[in-house]
Amino acid sequence: MFRRSEQDKRPHVQIFVDGVAVAAREGDTVSAALLVSGQDARRSTAVSGAPRLPYCMMGVCFDCLVTIDGVGNRQGCLVPVAEGMQIEIQKGKREIGK
Amino acid sequence: MTVAPKREDYDVVVIGAGPAGLAAAATSAEAGLSTLLLDENIGPGGQVFRAIASTPVTDRNQLGADYWVGADLVQSLRASNAEVIHRATVWSLDRNLDIAVSIGGASAFVEAKRVILATGALERPFPIPGWTLPGVMTAGAAQTMLKSSALVPDGRTVIAGQGPLLWLLAAQILRLGGRIDRILDTTERGNYFAALPHAFAFLTSPYFAKGLSMMREVKAKVQVVSGVTELSAAGDGQLASVSYVAGGKRETIPADLLLLHQGVVPNVNLAMAAGVEHRWDDLQLCWSPVLDASGNSSVAGIAIAGDGAGIGGANAAVVRGRIAARAAVETLAPAAAAKLPAMATLRADLAKAERGRVFLDTLFRPAPQFRIPSGDTIVCRCEEVTAKDVLDSVAIGATGPNQLKAYRRTGMGPCQGRLCGLTVTELMAQARAKTPQEIGYYRLRAPVKPITLAELAAVPKSEADIKAVVRG
Repeated sequence: MFRRSEQDKRPHVQIFVDGVAVAAREGDTVSAALLVSGQDARRSTAVSGAPRLPYCMMGVCFDCLVTIDGVGNRQGCLVPVAEGMQIEIQKGKREIGK
Repeated sequence: MTVAPKREDYDVVVIGAGPAGLAAAATSAEAGLSTLLLDENIGPGGQVFRAIASTPVTDRNQLGADYWVGADLVQSLRASNAEVIHRATVWSLDRNLDIAVSIGGASAFVEAKRVILATGALERPFPIPGWTLPGVMTAGAAQTMLKSSALVPDGRTVIAGQGPLLWLLAAQILRLGGRIDRILDTTERGNYFAALPHAFAFLTSPYFAKGLSMMREVKAKVQVVSGVTELSAAGDGQLASVSYVAGGKRETIPADLLLLHQGVVPNVNLAMAAGVEHRWDDLQLCWSPVLDASGNSSVAGIAIAGDGAGIGGANAAVVRGRIAARAAVETLAPAAAAKLPAMATLRADLAKAERGRVFLDTLFRPAPQFRIPSGDTIVCRCEEVTAKDVLDSVAIGATGPNQLKAYRRTGMGPCQGRLCGLTVTELMAQARAKTPQEIGYYRLRAPVKPITLAELAAVPKSEADIKAVVRG
C-alpha cells in the first residue's frame, strides 16, 4: 500500500509486531510503521469485529487503536516507535489488564 | 522523557502547535507573558507543517515553499521563552480557564488567565459506501505519512474528492515518486458558475497561480475524471475496487488504496466542551465559533485562532494567532503591546490572507450526496451506525443528535462524534425538514479525548473532594 522514499536516511529502529521483528525508522509513528511493514495490521472493531486500518492518521478517528507494550487502546498514529517496542494488533475491545 | 508543566498557572495557555498556535505562543512569550503551549503531536507544526522539524523529505521543492514557512514559525517560537510540551492531550477546559492535560499517562492541571485555542481543523467526513474498509483513508492521512516518514502510495491508488489539498497531495506524491492511478474529481459542475462572482478576489490572490500550476503538474501525469456524481468502495475485508459515475456512465476500477478528501472543517470538540457558542456556517457547511474581531469567544478569556475559528487556511491562521495573542497582551500587559505589530496592521494582513476564500468555499462546496448518505452506508464509524439506522430512529421520535445517542449510540464511541457529527446533523436536518442550526450538535463534555479510569483515579484529591463523594 505504501513504500518508503529512497531519500529517507533516518536511523533504523526495530519493533515487534505480534512477535515478528519489523524495521521502522526513527520518527515513524506506530501506525506509519505498521502500514509500510507489509504485515497484516488490520485491527477488528469492538462492535462488529469488522476489519479496520488507520483512516485519518491525525488522532481523530481511533481506527489506529493498537496494543503497545502491553497497554491496549493506544492511538498508534500519535505514538512514536521506540527500539524493542512490542506491538500487538488489537482484535476487538481492549482486554482487562491490558 | 515526558515533562509536566513547570508551573500551576500561566498568563497564556495555547492549545495546539499548528500555524496559529505557533504564532500565538511566540507572540505572547515575546511580549513577556508566561506562556505554555500544549500540543498532542510528537513535534511542532500541526497538520499543515506536520513534522516540520524532523521530516526526512529534505529536497525543499518536493513539499513546496508554503510548507517550509513553518520552519520560521518554529524558530521564532524556540527563540522565545514559551514553554512547549508535545504529546500532551488536553482533555478538559472549563469556564474558569482550568485546563486538564494528559501527558505520558498522567494528568496535570494548569490555570490560565487567557486561553488561545488553536486546535485547527479535521477533514470533513466523506461517508460513501465502503469508507470503513481497510485501504480507504483520508488524503490528509497520506500527506501526514508523506511529510513525517516520506511514505508514498505504492499499489493501485485512487484519489477522490475535491479541494486544494487534494491537488497539493497529488503533486507531492508524484514528486516523491509515488503512484496515482486515477483522480476522481467530485466538484459539482454548478459550483463553477456559483463561484464566478467571487473569481476576481481569487484571481488576485497568491493561491490562484500556485493552484493552477499544481493542477497542470498533476494532470500531465495522471488521468483525471471530472464531474463524478457517485462514488463507492468495495472489497471483502480490504479495499478491492472503486466504483464511480461520471457523465452518467458507471465505471469500476481495481484499487488497493483510496484517498478521500472534501475539504476541512473546524475541530470544535474542546471549544464546545468549554461552552463556547457555535453557529452553523451555511457556506462552509460546518459549525464555527462565534468570535469578535480579536478571536474572543462567548466564554470570557477564551480566544480561538486558526482554522478552529472557521476555515481560512495556514496564512490566515498565522495572522489570527498573532491577533489573538496581541489581544491577550493588550489585556494582561498593555505596556508590552506597544512592541508588537499594531492591530490595524494585523487586521490588514488577515484580510490579505483571506482573499479568495469565498471563491474556494463556493467552488469546493461538497455535493449533498457526498455529505448526506443513505441506506447501509455507515455514518458513525465507531459504533457502526448506518444512515438507515439514523432515519429509522428519526421515524420513531429521535429529534436531534443528542436524542439519537440514546437510540443508537452515535457519537458515543472513542472519536466522540468527530467523524459523524456533521453527517448526523445534516442527515437529521434533511429528514426532519429543519435547518442544521435548528437540529444542533452533540452536547460535548470533558474528557474530550478518552483517558483511562486509572488516570482519573490517580488525580490528586483534596479532603473536600473526598468528603463530597464518600459516605459516613
